[in-house]
Amino acid sequence: MGNKTSLYDQHLIAGAKMVDFAGWDMPLHYGSQIEEHHRVRRAAGMFDVSHMAVVDLHGLRVRAFLRTLLANDVARLTTPGKALYSCLLDTQGHVLDDLIAYFLTEDWFRLVVNASTRTKDLAWIQSHASAFGVAVRERTDLAMIAVQGPEARMRTLNVLPGTLSSAADQLLPFQGKIGEGVGEEDWFVARTGYTGEEGFEVVLPSAEAAGFWKALLAAGVVPCGLGARDTLRLEAGMNLYGNDMDETVTPLESGLAWTVAFVPRERDFVGRAALDAQRTVGVSYKLVGLIVEGRGMMRHGHAVKVPGVGEGIVTSGGFSPTLGRSIAFARVPAATTTECHVEVRPGQWLTARVVKTPFVRFGKSHWT
Amino acid sequence: MIEASAEYRYTKTHEWVRREEDDSITVGITAHAVELLGDMVYVQLPEVGRTVAAEEECCVVESVKAASDIYAPMSGEVIAVNDTLDASPELLNQDPYGAGWILRLRPTQPDEFASLLDQADYAAVVAEEEH
Repeated sequence: MGNKTSLYDQHLIAGAKMVDFAGWDMPLHYGSQIEEHHRVRRAAGMFDVSHMAVVDLHGLRVRAFLRTLLANDVARLTTPGKALYSCLLDTQGHVLDDLIAYFLTEDWFRLVVNASTRTKDLAWIQSHASAFGVAVRERTDLAMIAVQGPEARMRTLNVLPGTLSSAADQLLPFQGKIGEGVGEEDWFVARTGYTGEEGFEVVLPSAEAAGFWKALLAAGVVPCGLGARDTLRLEAGMNLYGNDMDETVTPLESGLAWTVAFVPRERDFVGRAALDAQRTVGVSYKLVGLIVEGRGMMRHGHAVKVPGVGEGIVTSGGFSPTLGRSIAFARVPAATTTECHVEVRPGQWLTARVVKTPFVRFGKSHWT
Repeated sequence: MIEASAEYRYTKTHEWVRREEDDSITVGITAHAVELLGDMVYVQLPEVGRTVAAEEECCVVESVKAASDIYAPMSGEVIAVNDTLDASPELLNQDPYGAGWILRLRPTQPDEFASLLDQADYAAVVAEEEH
């Protein structure tokens, strides 16, 4: 028996096929994950992401703390509510996790971290927080629902409580807002997501999650499982921790160099020395997007060969419902240019094109 | 989960077999197999005219979750394949015992039919797996 989110019963009612994910009983799909995928690209779908950990950081020096802890620079967050995607690195520059940091007030930041890394992350954050007098509080009292798709914002605004609805309507991309009305203090809405579509991620008291879920259902938002979540994020060119990066690689080898703030030079974040050194020498491997030529599925762990260059591996792969063919991320030698070969079945190699990601953004793709 | 008709036989590897009036057999995969695999995205069909032995790999189905080999339930010659699966692999999910059929064989060892699982045997295999 795994952990259950406050929406567990709702998943069963909706006919979910439940699977274990990082110790949590989570919905894989509610019938067809491809249909769910299309609903998010074309209308609106919702995901229970309550298994992820919401971690609140309180303290007068919380900003200084995060400027040391994170590879991206929270100094970029000047507007309250603004969010920043960042890697959490160890001293070797290896990726402990990826997360979203929200600037709520000058003495309160919120992190959302992966379920699979929760324990490790909390220990790591705690070990660095004391020096800054920062209090670390995991919000196990909260649930989280992501509503995504071109119609997601409109449908969500209609069911958000009171003042939060109008506040949510005003949010800029990658910005969130804590509820200010009576009884809304533990509600938080952010214009973020993991699908490449518009939408919100709503954090709310666990006790109110089922009611909100049912209201979204009534507003025409369809439940979507982890299966669709994975194909949507892959199409959107978004990394998955544990697949595309982990504690054996750096962000520079994982397509995440853009998330590392090397400027200002004097900011000494955890892992910086190692990344500076790697930048000087140059990386041996990089993460690229692939589209298969012909029919066959590229999947996590498949071998990759780049003629005359070397070998690599598929880190995430699968069927793209939008493109109707297999897409993937692969870690390949840095000298890889336009093409490689992927072993989709033992002894069966297919050619794949190296392409820029995202594969799909706002329902559209320029790849065929 | 299991087609009730007495015409059907099954394999431990989750293929179903239906004997037709002309003594050829139609082969597909069971609803239980489809349930395990999830949405189908690609079917690699054998060539018509190919000769297969019982339990030989003759086809690959790929779902969102995994690639899975399909084994010939009996020895014989492939006399037809369901080409509509090329464009519509979801037929395997929607109608595994009907429009989602995969291929037809002309058996060369008709006795093999008797050693296939009947409905009760197959139900026991499924129950064992789900246990």
